[in-house]
Amino acid sequence: MTLNEAIQNRTLVLDGAMGTMLQGYSFSEDDFRGSRFKNHPVPLQGNNDLLSLTQPQAIRDIHIAYLEAGADILETNTFSSTSIAMADYQMEGLVYELNYESAKIAKEASEMYTLKTPQKPRFVAGSIGPTNKTASMSPDVNDPGYRAITFDELVASYREQVEGLLDGGVDALLVETVFDTLNAKAALYAIDEVKEERKIETPVMVSGTITDASGRTLSGQTVEAFFISISHISLFSVGLNCALGADQLKPYIQRLSRVANVYTSAHPNAGLPNEFGEYEQTPEEMRALIAPYLEENLVNIIGGCCGTNPEHIKQIVEETLKYRPRIPEKSNQL
Amino acid sequence: MEVDCTKYLSLAGFEPLVVTPETNFVNIGERTNVTGSRKFLRLIKENKYSQALEVAREQVEGGAQIIDVNMDEGMIDGAAAMTRFLNLIAAEPDIAKLPIMIDSSKWEILEAGLKVVQGKSIVNSISLKEGEDVFVAQAKKIKRYGAAVIIMAFDEKGQADSLERRIEICERSYKILVDQLQFLPQDIIFDPNIFPVATGMEEHRRNALDFFKATAWIRKNLPYAHVSGGVSNVSFSFRGNNIVREAMHSAFLYHAIQHGMTMGIVNPSMLEIYDQIPKDLLDLVEDVLLDRKEDATDRLLDYAEQIKGQSKSVEKTVQKWRNEDLQTRITHSLVKGIDEFIEIDAEEARKSVDKPIQVIEGHLMNGMNLVGDLFGSGKMFLPQVVKSARVMKKAVAYLLPYIEQEKDGLSKSAGKILLATVKGDVHDIGKNIVGVVLGCNNYEIIDLGVMVPPEKIIETAIEQQVDIIGLSGLITPSLDEMVFLAKQMKKIKLEIPLLIGGATTSRAHTAVKIDTEYNHSVVHVNDASRAVTVAGNLLQKETKTAYMDTIKKDYEQFRINYAKRTKSKEYISLELARDRKFSIDWKQEDIATPNQLGVQIIESLDLKELLPFIDWSPFFRSWDLHGKYPEILTDEVVGSQAQELFQDASVLLNRIVDEKLLKAKAVFGLFPANSTGDDIELYADESRESPIATFITLRQQLKKSQGKPQFALADFIAPKSLSVADYMGGFCVSTGFGTQQLAEEFEKNNDDYNSIMIKALADRLAEAFAEYLHKKVRTEYWGYASNEKLTNQELIKESYRGIRPAPGYPACPDHLEKNTLWELLKVQENIGVVLTDSLAMWPAASVSGYYFAHPQARYFGLGKISKDQLVSYHKRRNISLESAEKWLAPNLNE
Repeated sequence: MTLNEAIQNRTLVLDGAMGTMLQGYSFSEDDFRGSRFKNHPVPLQGNNDLLSLTQPQAIRDIHIAYLEAGADILETNTFSSTSIAMADYQMEGLVYELNYESAKIAKEASEMYTLKTPQKPRFVAGSIGPTNKTASMSPDVNDPGYRAITFDELVASYREQVEGLLDGGVDALLVETVFDTLNAKAALYAIDEVKEERKIETPVMVSGTITDASGRTLSGQTVEAFFISISHISLFSVGLNCALGADQLKPYIQRLSRVANVYTSAHPNAGLPNEFGEYEQTPEEMRALIAPYLEENLVNIIGGCCGTNPEHIKQIVEETLKYRPRIPEKSNQL
Repeated sequence: MEVDCTKYLSLAGFEPLVVTPETNFVNIGERTNVTGSRKFLRLIKENKYSQALEVAREQVEGGAQIIDVNMDEGMIDGAAAMTRFLNLIAAEPDIAKLPIMIDSSKWEILEAGLKVVQGKSIVNSISLKEGEDVFVAQAKKIKRYGAAVIIMAFDEKGQADSLERRIEICERSYKILVDQLQFLPQDIIFDPNIFPVATGMEEHRRNALDFFKATAWIRKNLPYAHVSGGVSNVSFSFRGNNIVREAMHSAFLYHAIQHGMTMGIVNPSMLEIYDQIPKDLLDLVEDVLLDRKEDATDRLLDYAEQIKGQSKSVEKTVQKWRNEDLQTRITHSLVKGIDEFIEIDAEEARKSVDKPIQVIEGHLMNGMNLVGDLFGSGKMFLPQVVKSARVMKKAVAYLLPYIEQEKDGLSKSAGKILLATVKGDVHDIGKNIVGVVLGCNNYEIIDLGVMVPPEKIIETAIEQQVDIIGLSGLITPSLDEMVFLAKQMKKIKLEIPLLIGGATTSRAHTAVKIDTEYNHSVVHVNDASRAVTVAGNLLQKETKTAYMDTIKKDYEQFRINYAKRTKSKEYISLELARDRKFSIDWKQEDIATPNQLGVQIIESLDLKELLPFIDWSPFFRSWDLHGKYPEILTDEVVGSQAQELFQDASVLLNRIVDEKLLKAKAVFGLFPANSTGDDIELYADESRESPIATFITLRQQLKKSQGKPQFALADFIAPKSLSVADYMGGFCVSTGFGTQQLAEEFEKNNDDYNSIMIKALADRLAEAFAEYLHKKVRTEYWGYASNEKLTNQELIKESYRGIRPAPGYPACPDHLEKNTLWELLKVQENIGVVLTDSLAMWPAASVSGYYFAHPQARYFGLGKISKDQLVSYHKRRNISLESAEKWLAPNLNE
């Protein structure tokens, strides 16, 4: 069964946070380095994507925990695996390998569970993060015309990531946590090029981020404008994730769901962080907030972002079973 | 055809724009186009991007739904300019909310634009001109970048000029795009070429009609595709005749929209309302557009000839608005600046209310609010607003006696603002305009006039409990006065925001020198229209604290950057600069002996003589209308306003000339002279023994590239050591005598418009006098250019031999030189022009300067100088170092 077939029958559940789960391991600098990067010139603690190479078992275990909780789609541990984001760790040269290995770990785990529950096949989405630079905003408040990164640099960097993910066997590509639409457009540009060269039809998912109550992306767009700006590429799904909890995110998902003629997704945080940066929303609380998403048929794919763990996902999976899936409207009521 | 609404053309900036069948017409702003707007071109060339952004903002406020950006100009790096401008737009939410139309005939510029817009934009344009391969490659990229595209009806054989060719090319383009490239059909916009009609050429007769038919064909046969075009082309043969052009544009649009055109590039101010086009004109225009009559062109040309030069206000319509209801009439008078009926209407209004004050608070304020809105959204221009204020004042003056009878308190103002031109400065045109504009927005203005000492400003501010103090100044010493005042206010712990404005002030000076001396808010306001917003922000309870914080932080940041910036400039020592002086190869034949040496006086010149010498462009600038004269009179945006202003100015100017309301006086002198170092000695006679005056000139110290000279004015006079007999001159002209009385008279009649006008005209006459006198000197008194034949335009461009730099201006910023000049020419005794403490000339409409006649003499800007020159200067000038520092402060490199 393909992803496209599966989504027609039920609301698919995306996995939860990777970072929050990794915190539980309390990996030290030495753990992050493993034996391979013992002598790497800069500190590596905090480079979570690297753990796919140095602590692959932990990554595998987290994937399995989410599969066990009932997740249909795993995200690869590659949120920051681009040459731009890896530059901080002087690991630009490892980008292809990071993506390839992360994809492989996730794919092996998901195939195992597809075998276990053939009626509920599992999929892997290659996670493509926003990088740590923005193409349409200036980091220098005094020079609004300045840009720290160009479109061409982003395309080249994303290309490398996409090649690694595809070779590692992902079922879909997920351009996520989009806070600058121009970055996302560069990712889509790279994906479109690679897909054309390889003559493949890998589904492309995009998920934006509404940063605060202004209801806009960090780069200033409304939900509708964001959707229009990425619609030139044939999309499998469009959605929103991160920054907000399920309750704050809902109005924007409603707006997106109304205009999107493709599948929709949401993976909110477990509420808003407290003053120590911790997420306190319990799995039950989150489930109660997610229920209206399903009841009102707002999304086809639902999952968790920061602060969520397998228990959250388990609760969400149970809730999805109660509703029929959303059918994307043909009409577009912008 | 079944309508599939997922196939609406959807565009986005920060916000979406979806073109549905209900969308009437999408208006594309076209002023941010270097090929179409001289102003925008100039701003981009001069790297004035923040002002260029204002052009874009005006488009948004004027109702544009898409912003067209074009940087196609030979002298500009188009791709870089496109990138920079679009990047800057991205930081302006009120502009960036709209989708962008990336407009260029060069692919590299289009692609540069595509790489920096996050939203979904429109590429304008590509075509089959260079063949199918190029077309396909470009279209594919555009699709991948995610933009809609305009396709020009152009192919390998040329531009489509008939209906058949338009259809052929559009159909072929569409098939390639949709069938071969899977381009979304709704993202295709055809431009089937709008060409001029009524050109007299047989083959142009069907230009409009063919466009309409092609449009209809495209909409019917190429599903979901759109049609756009540049409308003003159609009326090309009627340039200069706005009545016909505007009628043609709207009639064309009307029919084009009927035929299915969905968007277009239109200048909203060049558009008559279709229903309001006079029936006879509309018939003639439509005959031409639809090619309905054999002689349609001739008949429209005849009509155009008849109405040439006619302005749009027609006598008949006066009666019509007089029949409207009272409020509409009052609003009409205010918006149009008509004072003829305002007293009658005010009287009628007074009788209709309980208390006369209600007329001001109700009827009049309603009208003025509309004026404020129109001005704020760029639909009215400054001169119009000042006229509105005149009408308002007249009405208030009429009502005042009744209000006082009732012993009724005056209406509550938005705030009290004190305005003053600081001590030592006499210039007040800008300040008066600010006063009027703020007054229009319901602020109570306390105008202390010119040369106001700081004690008086502070005393009045406290006594009257003002909310804001606005300071103005034109000459550089005024900057120090402002700093001084800020310090005094801090000392007594005043908490009143300060507004800083005037030609010599700057954001830099305000941030670096004034803001640091005052704990409360200091805001630099560069033009009258911004004053209202700033005052509003400063006084509104909700925004006040945040706004003040932002400004303080802005200036703080500015200072940090400024500190960094100044360091990057390199200055050389005075000694080295002198080594690199501008060396003239002194030949006696380049030096002319004046026909007449010594001081001469012109007691009273007929003002008529000066009229041909007036440079009008700065006059328009003083009213915030930007553009060159005479082109400004036909400018698409401000043209009609400029014409009206020019007409009003001409009326007053004629009166001044006919009734000799102003006096034109001059004193000037030509003397033997030689330079000694950076100084110039002037002698009483050819014996050249002891100097009767010494001009002290300053030398550029900013390091220049190899081989470029470091100028000082002394370089243009032969050194004493060479024993070459050289000469120089000095002058002072004034046309200011009489200005003050006239202005006061106008003010008494509540006519701020003419009060400002008279001062602006006096300034222009003074400049004209300087130009006139310079010519006389060149051709007669000195006589080195007796054969000179120059047009007025050439004079303005100063394409003659010799210069007349003025103390206080870039070549010689030292105002103290005026003292030397005054003594040399006995200016005060001879013509009565005096110098204030800050060395401003009074009356203000005066010009003084030197004459240099060497063919190589030229204007330059001194720039900053270093400490070593300051030390040298204070010794030569024989004043204390502190005093020297104070006078040259704006030019010191710190």
